[in-house]
Amino acid sequence: MQVFLTAVGIAGPGLDGWAAAQPILAGHSEYRMAPISRSIPEMLSAAERRRSSQSARLAIMAAQDAFRAGGLRGDEIATVFASSDGDGAITQEICDALAGPAREVSPTSFHNSVFNAPAGYWSIATHSRLASTSVCAYDVSFAAGLIEAAAYATVERQAVMLIASDIPFPAPLHTIRPVEESFAAALLLSPTAPAGSFMRWEINLEPHRTATAFPAGLPESLRSNPAARCLPLLAVWAKRRAETVALEYSDASDLVVVCEPGA
Amino acid sequence: MTTALTVTAMATANPLGRGLSATWDALRKDRHGLRPNDFEDAAVKTWIGRVDGLEAEPITGDLAAFDCRNNRLALAGLRQDGFEQAVAVARQHYGADRIGVLIGTTTSGTLETELAYRRRTPSGELLPLSVRYRHTHNLFSVGEVVRRQLHLRGPVASISTACSSSAKVFASASRWLAVGLCDAVVVGGVDSLCFMTLYGFASLGLLSETPCRPCDEGRDGLSIGEAAGFMLLERRGDRDGALQLLGYGESSDAHHMSTPHPEGLGAALAMERALDRAEMKPIDIDYINLHGTGTPANDLAEDRAVWTTFGGRTPCSSTKGRTGHTLGAAGITEAILSALCLRHDFIPGTVHINRLDPQLQSRVMLQSESRPLRAVISNSFGFGGNNCSLIFGKRP
Repeated sequence: MQVFLTAVGIAGPGLDGWAAAQPILAGHSEYRMAPISRSIPEMLSAAERRRSSQSARLAIMAAQDAFRAGGLRGDEIATVFASSDGDGAITQEICDALAGPAREVSPTSFHNSVFNAPAGYWSIATHSRLASTSVCAYDVSFAAGLIEAAAYATVERQAVMLIASDIPFPAPLHTIRPVEESFAAALLLSPTAPAGSFMRWEINLEPHRTATAFPAGLPESLRSNPAARCLPLLAVWAKRRAETVALEYSDASDLVVVCEPGA
Repeated sequence: MTTALTVTAMATANPLGRGLSATWDALRKDRHGLRPNDFEDAAVKTWIGRVDGLEAEPITGDLAAFDCRNNRLALAGLRQDGFEQAVAVARQHYGADRIGVLIGTTTSGTLETELAYRRRTPSGELLPLSVRYRHTHNLFSVGEVVRRQLHLRGPVASISTACSSSAKVFASASRWLAVGLCDAVVVGGVDSLCFMTLYGFASLGLLSETPCRPCDEGRDGLSIGEAAGFMLLERRGDRDGALQLLGYGESSDAHHMSTPHPEGLGAALAMERALDRAEMKPIDIDYINLHGTGTPANDLAEDRAVWTTFGGRTPCSSTKGRTGHTLGAAGITEAILSALCLRHDFIPGTVHINRLDPQLQSRVMLQSESRPLRAVISNSFGFGGNNCSLIFGKRP
């Protein structure tokens, strides 16, 4: 599958927006750990700012970052959301409530508990009535999302934004699924070569090869976040240099992305 | 436009029964599968659609780590209707690496974690080994267990877009086949009863205290059901009369998280896009299987959308009064019911209606009837405003 990457957004600890993250991922400036920004994406309406959960806001923060750099209208972009664990904070809250005597589930928490909640908020924010798919493949959810997004762009001939995000579970589930940091990234993909700056990606499933290393200088704690598995690809975008990236995918194959800089 | 895909095998376990034959028998006799809620100790006054016997069917052997109600239901579904054998034949033909797996779910094995939370230590910690999160609760566990049970090695993902999840798998599978990622795809949906959905829908005031009554004037909510269903999709042409996926249409409401667009705008878009993809006109569709959950807002909005797209001529009905709303398995369950309707030239009536809602303008079928069917459209709409419509037909 051939797609064209045209914009990237990011929201993570010490990686507050693509403008700040680009020189770090390109190796031009040093990474400094900082708590993840809790700012609320401006593209959400006042009502949606109130209703949305922390995890949905994180995903939308990254989406908004890529959207602003992408030069397309919201209603021109389909979406694929990828996550391993969805909203672990809400899972914890609801499981806790269900174990109590009253078993009272908050209606807002329940509607935020659906895995595609970030997609719902984003479609409202962008007025996009195009398709939206939310995929999960545990640790390789980003790779599964990239397959989904690339297939979508190739077949439907529409721009598609892939948004990968995960947040840590609070205790006690955290001991069972120890994701240490929150992280989200958004990649705007186009089926055709756009006018501005881009990278051409050739994406295929291939027999196992050595997976590309996690970018140097980033904290170990970030690696535990499944969404952060996109970072080797984002580092190539930051450097704008031809490179082949292999991402772990399944027991039978890896996802190989041949990246070539465009205009 | 993509070419039509052939459905070469299918299997179901749902509240009407296990297997196509039991399901068809209940469908044609207008026998519903709902009962007053008797799930665990859930004190929610509602009716449910339950698959009997799962409690006594633990997963053992190589896949024992996956044991939970949702995955038991998945395996119960896979074992019906010669499905595993059909996949084995396809595996011989194409190779295990060339067959993909796409499963829709919303609940996965959440129930395991819910029960583990009741057994926490006094300091609030989970007991060691009390949650096999990856193999039960995580949404991917059902995709993994299906792929392993069928000995497949192609691409795999779980899709979770609320109540459209297992309709969306058909769209993604069509794309996988179109770009050559694989030569066949096992699509399916598995959703099982748990406390989160029962108490969650109750908190939104969306559960009926009676068997749900889609399209009834006094409808007051849904009945939750559980089900597993699977289809094997292949590109090859097949014998005359073979079941085919002719088109899919996807859309977003871009309106509200848990309420459909009042004019059914997103729903209409999904149906129009499915018609476009199938290169069909509204008049080519002989039956509409409604999403028809039985909530006041859903059925009205969907009626507006059906009216806009099809007018008042095309027969439509909801089958959720029979199966309950199987959430993440609703898309595949209704795809299978639609397939049975095509196979037997049968339109199921909408059960439990006392008085048809006079606000509804489309042609809601109250009684079941036999008539020749060439093509049917099945609607699935979910929270977050996620919509998907599928068109199935018989190969001429």
